Parts: sequence; C-alpha cells; structure tokens
Amino acid sequence: MKLIASLLILAFFATVPLWLQDQYYLHTLVVTGIFMLAAMSLNLLLGFTGQLSLGHVAFFGIGAYVSALTSLGFSVTIFGMPIVHEPWPPFVGLIFGALAAGLCGYLIGKLAFRVRGAYFVIVTISFAEVVRLVSLNWVELTNGPLALPGIPPMTLGFEWSGYLTLWGKAQNYYFVLAVIVLTYVLIRRLVYSPYGRAMIALRENETLAVSVGISVTKYLVLAAVFSGALAGLAGGLYAHYIQIIDPMIFMFLNTVTMVIMVITGGKGTLAGPVVGGLIFGIAPVVLRSYVGPEVQWILYGVLMILIVFVLPEGIVPAIERWFNRGGASRSPTGRGASSGGSSGDGSALALSGSGKGNS
Amino acid sequence: MDTSVATSASKPILSVDHVAVQFGGLVAISDMCFDVHEGELVSLIGPNGAGKTTAFNVITGFQRPTRGTVTFRGTSLEGLKPHEVTGLGLVRTFQRTSLFEKISVFDNVLIGLHRRTSPSLFGTLLGLPRERRAEEALREEAWETLRLVGIEHQANEAGGSLPYGDQRLLGVALALAANPSALLLDEPVSGMNASETSRFIELLMRLRKMGKTILLVEHDMPMVMKISDRIVVLNYGRIIANGTPTEIQNNPEVIAAYLGGGVKNA
Repeated sequence: MKLIASLLILAFFATVPLWLQDQYYLHTLVVTGIFMLAAMSLNLLLGFTGQLSLGHVAFFGIGAYVSALTSLGFSVTIFGMPIVHEPWPPFVGLIFGALAAGLCGYLIGKLAFRVRGAYFVIVTISFAEVVRLVSLNWVELTNGPLALPGIPPMTLGFEWSGYLTLWGKAQNYYFVLAVIVLTYVLIRRLVYSPYGRAMIALRENETLAVSVGISVTKYLVLAAVFSGALAGLAGGLYAHYIQIIDPMIFMFLNTVTMVIMVITGGKGTLAGPVVGGLIFGIAPVVLRSYVGPEVQWILYGVLMILIVFVLPEGIVPAIERWFNRGGASRSPTGRGASSGGSSGDGSALALSGSGKGNS
Repeated sequence: MDTSVATSASKPILSVDHVAVQFGGLVAISDMCFDVHEGELVSLIGPNGAGKTTAFNVITGFQRPTRGTVTFRGTSLEGLKPHEVTGLGLVRTFQRTSLFEKISVFDNVLIGLHRRTSPSLFGTLLGLPRERRAEEALREEAWETLRLVGIEHQANEAGGSLPYGDQRLLGVALALAANPSALLLDEPVSGMNASETSRFIELLMRLRKMGKTILLVEHDMPMVMKISDRIVVLNYGRIIANGTPTEIQNNPEVIAAYLGGGVKNA
C-alpha cells in the first residue's frame, strides 16, 4: 500500500517537466531538490543521532568547491611547491566533493563528539566559519570573492557509451530526482539496520545505549561521515547546476534553511526533510509576487514557530498519526522516529509513505 | 538455599579485587573484595549510601576505581569503556532508566540485540540478502527474548507506556538481549507491588536455570533472602559480611549495622 503510494508520488514528480513549461519554476524545483538533499543529510545527524550541526553548510560548500575545482582544474603554490591539477570530468568532481566532505565529517566527528550537545553545535558553527574564511581569502585557489565561474555542467556517461551533458533544466531535474531517490533508499536502509538503531538508541538514552554495547564514537562519527558526504554531494550538484560559486555559499542562512526544512518536516523521519524541503523550497516562489525577500524571511520564521507550536514533532509524524488513528490496530511504532517497524512486514514501510517523491 | 553451586565452581567468573573509589575527599568504597562464581546468584546489600551503585558502576566501567581491579572471565576491565565491558558479556540494568521510553517494546529489544550482529556497512546499504537474513534472525531472537520475560503481547507499545513492573521486565529484556554471561541488576524490584515482584522472582529463577550468573543490588530483604546463593553486605563503603543468607541473617555485625531484628520476620 505505502509502497504503491510512494511509487505514485514518484511517478507524479517524474512527469513534472512534461507539463511544467515555465523554466523558472523548473529551476526552482531543481534548487529545491538540491537543498532537500542537504536537508536529508542534516536529518541523519539531527534527526537520528540528535546532534545539531549548525555548520552543515560547510559540508555543502566543501562539496561544491571540491567538485568545481576538480572539474575546472587549478594551479596553486603551497610552501613553494607548485601544484597543478588538470580538469577532470564533472562526475569525478562530484564524487571527490562527496568524499572530501565525508572526510571533513569524519574529522569533525572525531573531534567534536568527545563533547556533545551545545559544544558540538559550537564546533560545527566555527568549522563553517573557518571554511568560509578560507574560501574568501585563499584567492589563488578559490578566486575569493570574485567567485569561481564557468563550472562545467554535469556530464554523464563513459567513453564507450558516449557522453550526455546536462545543459537543460529538465535534464538536471531528472538527475537531481534520481540522486534524491537513491539517497532516500540508502538512508532508509541505514536507518532500518542495526547501524540506524544504534544511532537512535544513542539519541534516546546514551547511558543505556552504551550499557547494551553500543559504541558512542563509532556510530556518531559514522553518522557525521554519511551526513557530511551527502551534504557534499548536494553541494557538488549545486555547483555544476548553477555553474558559478562564491563564498556566499557558506551563508549561515543556508544552514538555517536546512534546519527549518528538517524540523518542520519532522526530524527523525525519512520523509520529513522531503516534505519540509518542498514547502520551504517552493514557498519563496509563491511569496515572491506578494512580498519582498525581507518580509519573506519573517514569514518563514513565523511559519516555523507556528509549526513547532502546533505540531512539535513536525508535519510527517502528525500525518502518520492521523492516518494511524484511522487504521486503528495496525499502527506500528507510533513515532516515525523509532527504529525499524516492529512486527512483520507492513510496518517496515510505514515511514516511506509520504516520501519518495521529490524536487 | 542450595549453596553447593557457589562452592563447586572452580574459579570465579567475576572478581573484584581491593577496589576503592573516592570522590574528592569522600570515600564511596574503601576496600572491596569479592568474587562471583559461574551460575551463582549473589546479592549486594547495604543501607542507602553504602556504595552499592558505585560498586556496580565500577564493575561495568561507568566509573573508574581509584585503586584496585575488576576481572571478568580472566580479563582485566581496567581502562575499558562501558560498551567494551558489555562486549565481554557483562551487562547491567539501571535503577531508573532501563528502557527507551519513546521506542516500541520490540524495537527496544532489537537495540538490546546490538552486540549480536555485526553487519557490513556496504552489505546494509546495498540491501544484500545476507544482511536481510541476519535481520530476520535478529527479529526472531527479539521475539524469543520477549517471550522469555513474558511481555511479548505488548511488543508494539511504546516502552514508556507499559505498567511499571513490565517496564522493569523490559529493562531486563534489553540487558538479556545482549546475551550476557553475567547480569547485573540494580534494584530491579524497587517500587514493584507484590505480584510484580513474584513475577520477577520467577524470571530470575528461569535465568538461573539457563546458567546466567546474576549479581543483584536490592533492598527487598525477603526476596534477597529467598533467592540468593550468597549475600555480600556493604556498609560505609566496606564489606562487613559475605556468606549464605542464613549466615547473614545470624551475623551480629550485619544485624547491628543494617537489618535490625526485621529479618527474623522475613
């Protein structure tokens, strides 16, 4: 049932470029999808391990810069040693970007998870600020505030199959959609595995989790690596789609956008960041014709406060509860946040319900 | 009580050797030595503040001893983190929070089973059949553990919504899921009513039949006297008696320090 619903939603989103002729709207959806991906990565940390990363944009930006530089090529001098890099295909850049961001996730995780809670928040904020300053001041590599222009669009394929360069909006739309579906499936598998259960256990009660043999650092670092790599992947997609990036990418506002998407959608649920991402990705377009951008930000703030007050757990858990009330007895694990569906078959799909459709 | 279990076992599974714990100037445990043998049920008793919970924390790695060592199955626990101690098969429950309240009973036990699987990360992400089969087996084990403690009919309810007695049972199920060879229970029946307590004692008896070694901290004297093979009495951070329930009941120092005359009515 839920699977069918998911497939229908996915099918709907697959048809969007066929009837949506307005290129601006399509562009909005692509960018929405990219930020949705970033929100999904943040949700892995914030939702499933309970650690708030307020510097998440750092991973996003690192992914974007690494991917861009890998495919643009660069030449820098470090300690008198010239390093020249010839341009590589954008797809390789995308992977490198994700790997680099994942590595940063590892380092931040190793460093920051000795102290959790507020300290982790501070470490991640500082990390984002450091990365922003580097991107601003290492002009030789990043072009500083002059931005990094002319990033090649994403190219797919191999020598034997021929190449497909994603110039158009519709092509990029489908690529982002595919990446989101793939990511969704991977996160879902992770969450429903012993790995995900360990993360949820640490979020719910760390002392007790440790007493049943769960290693704190191992699973928190694992979540940070995954989360960082996925954010980096989103950043890479962004760089090759927009084709120009500058240090403004590290704006704190971008992190806040991701956090808002996760919290309103429902942190700790698979579909939460998807729903939240759609709402806050599309809202600017809807509001644009009525109010200026500054007023928009105020409205988002109000909207978020309203949602947090009315539906403290977010939209998706509220919808789930509403559905389950109808379905009475076969409600599985109450909260979407809990690990793998309890009994038998149907429940495992419970969380994927409102999900798979994206961007 | 049959005490032959205690004496016949060749060497101790758990030995606490000259352990001392100080918090600044406060001496929580001054010098503690005792052994627990394979298959034994040992109770650690003493007045409030005698150092029982501290002893538990030291044994399970949540608290570093100031002096002394704890050895479990021949391995020194010195410097091990709590999850590594659990990895050796020494698992504890807590006085208060022994379950994940917002998570379903079944998923609680699945989390408890953590130590039983080591799926490969890539296999998990790729959804390989091997990992799926492992997950199926894990679920089956979770059901078995639930049936063992007798709360299987509540599998789908949130842990925190269970009646108090069942919450404590779930706490034990969580610990049991880690397949411990020794189980440390911190005041498992405190706050339980009579019927819940008797149900809990039945569970302990079943666990003993399965050959689990149990170390118990408890205030419920009738229960302790009834089920223990051996009792270790702590007072002011020091062991004042160590023996069978009968010996403890007749030990003048224990009576003076703690039990008073009440035990005769038990």
